[in-house]
Amino acid sequence: MKRNRIPQFFIIVGAFLLLLAVVLMLDNVPGVPVMLLIVLRKGAIYALVAVSMNILNGFTGLFSLGQAGFMLLGAYTYAILTVPVENQALVYQRYPNGGIGFSVTESLGRVLGQPGLLLGVIICLILGGIVAGVFAYLIGLPVLRLKSDYLAIATLGFAEIIRAVVQYEKLGPITNGSNLLSNFTNFSNFHLGSLKLDTVMPFVFAGVCIWVITLIINSTYGRAFKAIRDDEVAAEAMGINLANHKRMSFIISSFFAGISGAMLAMYQASVQATIFKAAMTYEILLIVVLGGIGSISGSIIAAFLFVGSSEWWLRFLDNTTVLPNFNAKLLFAIIFAAIVVSIVFLVVYRQNKAQKSRPEAVGRGRKILSLKLSGVITLVVGTLLLLGDLRFLISPDLQVPLLRSGFRMVVFSIIVMIVVLFFSRGLMGDRELPDLFRTRHKRL
Amino acid sequence: MLKIENLHVSYGGIRALRGISLEVPDGKIVTLIGANGAGKSTMLRTITGLVKAESGSIRWNDHELLGQPTDRIIGTGIAMCPEGRRVFADLTVLENLKIGAYLRKDRAGIQEDLQSVYDLFPRLKERVWQMAGTLSGGEQQMLTVGRALMSRPQLLLLDEPSLGLAPLVVQDIFSIIKKINKQGTTLLLIEQNANMALRTADLAYVLETGNITMFGTGADLLADEKVKEAYLGKHKN
Repeated sequence: MKRNRIPQFFIIVGAFLLLLAVVLMLDNVPGVPVMLLIVLRKGAIYALVAVSMNILNGFTGLFSLGQAGFMLLGAYTYAILTVPVENQALVYQRYPNGGIGFSVTESLGRVLGQPGLLLGVIICLILGGIVAGVFAYLIGLPVLRLKSDYLAIATLGFAEIIRAVVQYEKLGPITNGSNLLSNFTNFSNFHLGSLKLDTVMPFVFAGVCIWVITLIINSTYGRAFKAIRDDEVAAEAMGINLANHKRMSFIISSFFAGISGAMLAMYQASVQATIFKAAMTYEILLIVVLGGIGSISGSIIAAFLFVGSSEWWLRFLDNTTVLPNFNAKLLFAIIFAAIVVSIVFLVVYRQNKAQKSRPEAVGRGRKILSLKLSGVITLVVGTLLLLGDLRFLISPDLQVPLLRSGFRMVVFSIIVMIVVLFFSRGLMGDRELPDLFRTRHKRL
Repeated sequence: MLKIENLHVSYGGIRALRGISLEVPDGKIVTLIGANGAGKSTMLRTITGLVKAESGSIRWNDHELLGQPTDRIIGTGIAMCPEGRRVFADLTVLENLKIGAYLRKDRAGIQEDLQSVYDLFPRLKERVWQMAGTLSGGEQQMLTVGRALMSRPQLLLLDEPSLGLAPLVVQDIFSIIKKINKQGTTLLLIEQNANMALRTADLAYVLETGNITMFGTGADLLADEKVKEAYLGKHKN
């Protein structure tokens, strides 16, 4: 096992460098869809948040929903520290003498040029993480005594409070109240010669952070976190101090959430408290659950898939679409029918399997009844959808029904439900990407 | 030497221990037998600081353990196998064992002890990469004992190691307990299986509703009429 570790390390580093090269190329070759670049950038940032949430929810077994709050702290810390002095009057127009009167990146950049700017960004990202970590330490003392749902509610409340406090009028000279903070140093300020680094930089930052997180997870501390997740009493009996370790996990998770929040601010080139709502935490939770609770590579893959489908692939569902001719209409109707039929088939097939594998147990009759009922409902809904499809096909109207603003979220929810139903442990379960290759080797 | 004096513990509003005094001399196997709800597990949980005592004292090598946090107590050379084979199910056998050595920093010593645990339980060595949750009941019990040994304890507290195991496996476990004791570890063993426990132990205490009612060598109690009737299921003819 130990012998394998060094080549594995080089394979991972090599793959990562290759990935960076590809990303760099995509960023600089003309003709690459802008959406792809957006998905890559936002995906890298969401991957880091999801992994940071996984430290807590997946590896320590603490169900926390404060991620957006910690991201907000990181984002604001970063933005406040990096708005260039000459822009501060413009950014803080509603607050005379607003702004902190200096800019870390600007000062360092003036002295050292681009490397100084980069150094400034790194320092401010880390400071963003530290501020989030300090808040995690403070609220961790009382909050981590709570268990499961109660912890989730308390952390959710904390995130909402932070969001309200940041927008407080009296803090305006620093936080700009409920207005945008903008004009600060972001990814587009960096160039390597004539090469754009907009997409590579989020990858590098997220990659390094995720690598550090992997080291932590595989260290003695990480093992202690997993022990706490599996059995608190036994972990305590092994001499693991529960309060300290839970707090440490909470701080580490929040630190990286803070960094990713700061990266999100860089990516958007502006930051406003209103975007860090509970809905954002739910998106991240969704990524963690879809990817597999306790799988780092699962979170990364799910992050890109999530951002890809919510920002890009499913966008067309929100637009009213008029098809050009009957052939296009026929093609659309066939694809739609195929999707409906396969979903209905999957659901009914799964329920049949569930019925067969169910052991003779108490309440069996009732359970089978409910399974049958949901099967029938699926069939009815499926038939209705197919009839609607048929009606669309024979009607002279070329405008696609259903496709309109808001339908994307409906489809998205359906996809999520299907994934949760069929991959109840997420895409990866608690395995990692290398594990998959390992089993394949065994099979060969 | 572990010396407990006049220990009172209330647990969830019930007075679980009502003035217990007992001694565990170095190098011996001491057993505490008693029925369900007699307070046996509370006793162990109080020693390791998982449950807070009301009054009394627990002295271990002239240190007072009462009021100390659990991680501090475990650091003084006491290890505990909690009741009901609480392995870390989603960790491998090796990881479980390493967690047992969590408070130790000497890498070489940990490797050594890993070897001696493998010697004691060859079955675990075969399954180092297996998830602990997929082990059989007996293997899980062996893993909890091995895990506790990884902290290189002077005193090992065992809470019902025979619970829910097949008779043959129970015999295995008890012969291993003896072996561990021969290697120099003091043992405090809590058992409902009074027969096996008394056969194995040097000294034995009988606990009834929070009070110690009997005390003697294992062999003495094994021969005692009252113990026979109450705990060994043998009736006077």
